[in-house]
Amino acid sequence: MSIDYTEKIPNNVDLAGDRKLQRALESWQPNFLNWWKTMGPAVPTQDVYLRTAVDVGREGWAQFGHVAMEEYRWGVFLAERGDDRRIAFGEQKGEPVWQQVPGEYRADLQRLIVIQGDTEPASVEQQRRLGETAPSLYDLRNLFQVNVEEGRHLWAMVYLLHAYFGRNGREEAEALLHRNSGDLDSPRILGAFNEETPDWLSFFMFTYFTDRDGKYQLGTLKESAFDPLSRTCEFMLKEEAHHMFVGTTGVDRVVARTAELMREHDTDDVGPHGGIPLDVIQRYINFHYSVSLDLFGSEQSTNAANYFTAGLKGRWQEERRRDDHVLTEDSAYVDLVKDGEITTNEVPALLALNHDLRNEYVKDCQSGMKRWNRVLENAGVDRTLTLPHVGFNRDVGLFADQYVSPSGQLMTKEQWEAKKDSWLPSEVDKTHVRSLMRPVYEPGKIAGWIAPPSNGINGQPFDYEYVHLA
Amino acid sequence: MTTTENAAAGPTDPDAAEIPKISFDTDPASYKHWTLDLDGAAETGVAYLRLDIDETAGLVPGYELKMNSYDLGVDIELYDATQRLRFEHPEVRAVVVTSGKDRNFCAGANIRMLAQSSHPWKVNFCKFTNETRNGIEDATTSSGQTYIAAVNGTAAGGGYELALACEQILLIDDNSSAVSLPEVPLLGVLPGTGGLTRVIDKRKVRKDRADVFATKSEGIRGRQAVEWKLVDETVPKRAWDETVRERAAEAAARSSRPAGARGITLPPLQREETDDGITYRHVSAAFDRAQGLVEITVHGPSGGVPESLERVHELGADFWPLAMTRELDDLILRLRANELELGTWIIRTKGDVEDALAFERIIAEHSGDDWLVNEIRHYFKRVLKRLDVTSRSLIALIEPGSCFAGALLELALACDRQYMLDGTLDEEAGEQGDEAQIVLSESNFGAFPMGNGLPRLASRFYGDDDHVAKLRQEVGRRISAREAMDLGLVTDAPDDIDWDDEIRIMLEERASLSPDALTGMEANHRFVGPETMESRIFSRLTAWQNWIFVRPNASGPEGALRKYGTGRKADFDRRRV
Ligand SMILES: [Fe+2]
Ligand SMILES: [Fe+2]
Repeated sequence: MSIDYTEKIPNNVDLAGDRKLQRALESWQPNFLNWWKTMGPAVPTQDVYLRTAVDVGREGWAQFGHVAMEEYRWGVFLAERGDDRRIAFGEQKGEPVWQQVPGEYRADLQRLIVIQGDTEPASVEQQRRLGETAPSLYDLRNLFQVNVEEGRHLWAMVYLLHAYFGRNGREEAEALLHRNSGDLDSPRILGAFNEETPDWLSFFMFTYFTDRDGKYQLGTLKESAFDPLSRTCEFMLKEEAHHMFVGTTGVDRVVARTAELMREHDTDDVGPHGGIPLDVIQRYINFHYSVSLDLFGSEQSTNAANYFTAGLKGRWQEERRRDDHVLTEDSAYVDLVKDGEITTNEVPALLALNHDLRNEYVKDCQSGMKRWNRVLENAGVDRTLTLPHVGFNRDVGLFADQYVSPSGQLMTKEQWEAKKDSWLPSEVDKTHVRSLMRPVYEPGKIAGWIAPPSNGINGQPFDYEYVHLA
Repeated sequence: MTTTENAAAGPTDPDAAEIPKISFDTDPASYKHWTLDLDGAAETGVAYLRLDIDETAGLVPGYELKMNSYDLGVDIELYDATQRLRFEHPEVRAVVVTSGKDRNFCAGANIRMLAQSSHPWKVNFCKFTNETRNGIEDATTSSGQTYIAAVNGTAAGGGYELALACEQILLIDDNSSAVSLPEVPLLGVLPGTGGLTRVIDKRKVRKDRADVFATKSEGIRGRQAVEWKLVDETVPKRAWDETVRERAAEAAARSSRPAGARGITLPPLQREETDDGITYRHVSAAFDRAQGLVEITVHGPSGGVPESLERVHELGADFWPLAMTRELDDLILRLRANELELGTWIIRTKGDVEDALAFERIIAEHSGDDWLVNEIRHYFKRVLKRLDVTSRSLIALIEPGSCFAGALLELALACDRQYMLDGTLDEEAGEQGDEAQIVLSESNFGAFPMGNGLPRLASRFYGDDDHVAKLRQEVGRRISAREAMDLGLVTDAPDDIDWDDEIRIMLEERASLSPDALTGMEANHRFVGPETMESRIFSRLTAWQNWIFVRPNASGPEGALRKYGTGRKADFDRRRV
């Protein structure tokens, strides 16, 4: 099999000159395509107006055009960096970064990459059937854009496994295609990635909250002493920002439409009018936010401490922090449930790194609330959306065995269960949302539960034919 | 020397002590502590090895070797003597080990020396002395050189253990000379040079008596020593010389050694040493201190296969199998003693497979009928056993141009892992062409047993005799990397694209692990299946001894080793562990 590598696989890693990579990709690429065909988007299309990265530069990273999806050119890119990058934190702070995987950290680095890599195709699988109910061609196109880029993120992680982890890495790369979201025998690694994304509200919530978790995980890996990982993640962050944009504006538009219907019909209960009530939106927020918090792992973690000390995984914006970047002498406060109260507890800073990252994430999520509340305010609706307490509905970490209300009240299991349906999407909510999911494939048209976007893609109008269905 | 006082008085931490560089070169003319008496050996077939330790000639400063007590230097000479007896003196059929000092056979390892030595030094010292004593037994069983201990004075601790390594023990009956193992009661450590094991395994002393004996510091003498089987006979002083001579003559008469054989000379090894390695004629070692590893290359023979046995004898120490084995032996000893931080040994071979096999055929064909060839086989066997008990990670890299065939394949099999390159490395493809191949020979199925009595292949496939039988059908065939993988002969067979990365990552990963845990793990994995006296000495006795050595009850400032000879009592932590 001969491939014109630069043409088929845009890259800045000298694929054409790297036998090792070529060989690895030769056997992986057909399997990837096979995976895409069976596990990728279910709606048949001729072509889609997609952004393709063909280079890391300003011009290269976003080339638009209609492409048949299976001919999408998944590329491999590392962000450009200076040659003298130094390790910014941990025990080896100040030493040159690593261009090879040190044997000592092979297992840990491989694990980090595999876990990150596993989430990328997982979301494609979760969103596989969403295209069947897209509210507009514009949204359908955005879904596919997110999907192909998650596919590219998989490529990025596979590149690292292929280029730096030898045979073992190749086996792990193969396994990334064999685990599937929701598969009973061979599920994706993280629980949150085994739930189907059943409707578009969930999709927007997912891209807002869960992709945002991805952003923070990538942000810590971007600091890594293992330079290829760092540079790969830096480039991925660019694309991740666009996924979150899809989520942010998606929820914007749902909220705007709801507000419009509320005013039009002078009622909170917009369900009968083909809208999604604010309470339901709030419950979706509660759900997606809380399960995304679980992805940060235990607030106190020796693994995270070890990764930090070894230089594998830093903190968010590590280099902008004003401390010694070693943290052996520092302490931090983490949440704690003690004597029936939620309080805080002082622990060594190294053990609280997951907590630290989660706090950054929480701050970021707040900005979404502000934004959506402004939409409500502008529409003259006197209601607000809020983030629930961090202890609400948690399965991982310090709150895993606690029953905490969205407002942060500790309660008994019975009390909590009794209120559950007013806090988390109920069967009634889901059935209603699902009932609204009807495809709208006509250019310029949009479903009734969501407002049209204010701008099209790449300067194109909203009624542009973003997708040609097969 | 003032250092003696310092050592006696000072609470210096032995583990902080710098370890001196050790050389294992010596010859009878340079012995300070032994005399190898070959007078009349040509007629009687009996040699006398007399221990007469020079108190002032310790290997390192800080102690005096009083009462015929020994240190590593003494044992280096003993090892040299046993080797020379086997190669240079085929006429010797019995060796009498005795003392040149009146009323004092040997007091064992010097306590001051032990007290001031670091843990690695003690462990290394014990390992080497154990190997030498095993070698003495091997001379008796494999080359018809029977060792007889003529214990003409008190034999305490390591002194009695030296006697235990001999086939017979004669004890002088002078109402004062006793044999004893006073380590437990006096020093808080074990008789770790095979003592505890040989008393019950070899001498078949009942365990309750062994218990009494090993806790009785003054030891046992006279008739009771015979009754308890601690010695074979006691001999009154006046009949001593005569009886010793008789027993030696009887042993010599039973020997299988050929009459009229002429020994070969073992000249000093040609060796070039630098900071970065050691180079011999057939063996070289390159140190990579940054990575904590040493790359050892054993060069196979290049042509010159001797056409006759006469030629083998003529070549003597230049005969490749012997020359290579001596160099490898010396290298192992030096690396073990002097390069503690080179924790991984990479072992390669270089040379022609056919030539290696041709030499091996000579060994295989004649080890039954030629004393010298027989000695070479057993020597190589002992050196392989040294590898087996070496506390370093051993990794064989089987690459194009290597000659892991037959006996040399044992080097790879002795390693903890074997990596074989599938294909050729780009830049070498032009020159080397051929891919790496290994070859099994009959000798892989029994000529070089391990300490557990099993060939390395049988150990590797323990419990799977069918597979071993299947491998036997592969004898003589050139086995490629893929096939070697399928046959279970190598750990992995990365191809040219993967090779560098796989090997680098594997080595770095290993270097990051705890050296102690690795030593323990490797020692456990290497010895599968049955125990022998030899394997029990290394696995059980030595492991316990090394544990005791690091315990405060022995080595702490209040421990028995450090308090011995100060007039003060050790202060034990009484908790049983
Ligand atoms: Fe992603
Ligand atoms: Fe994403």
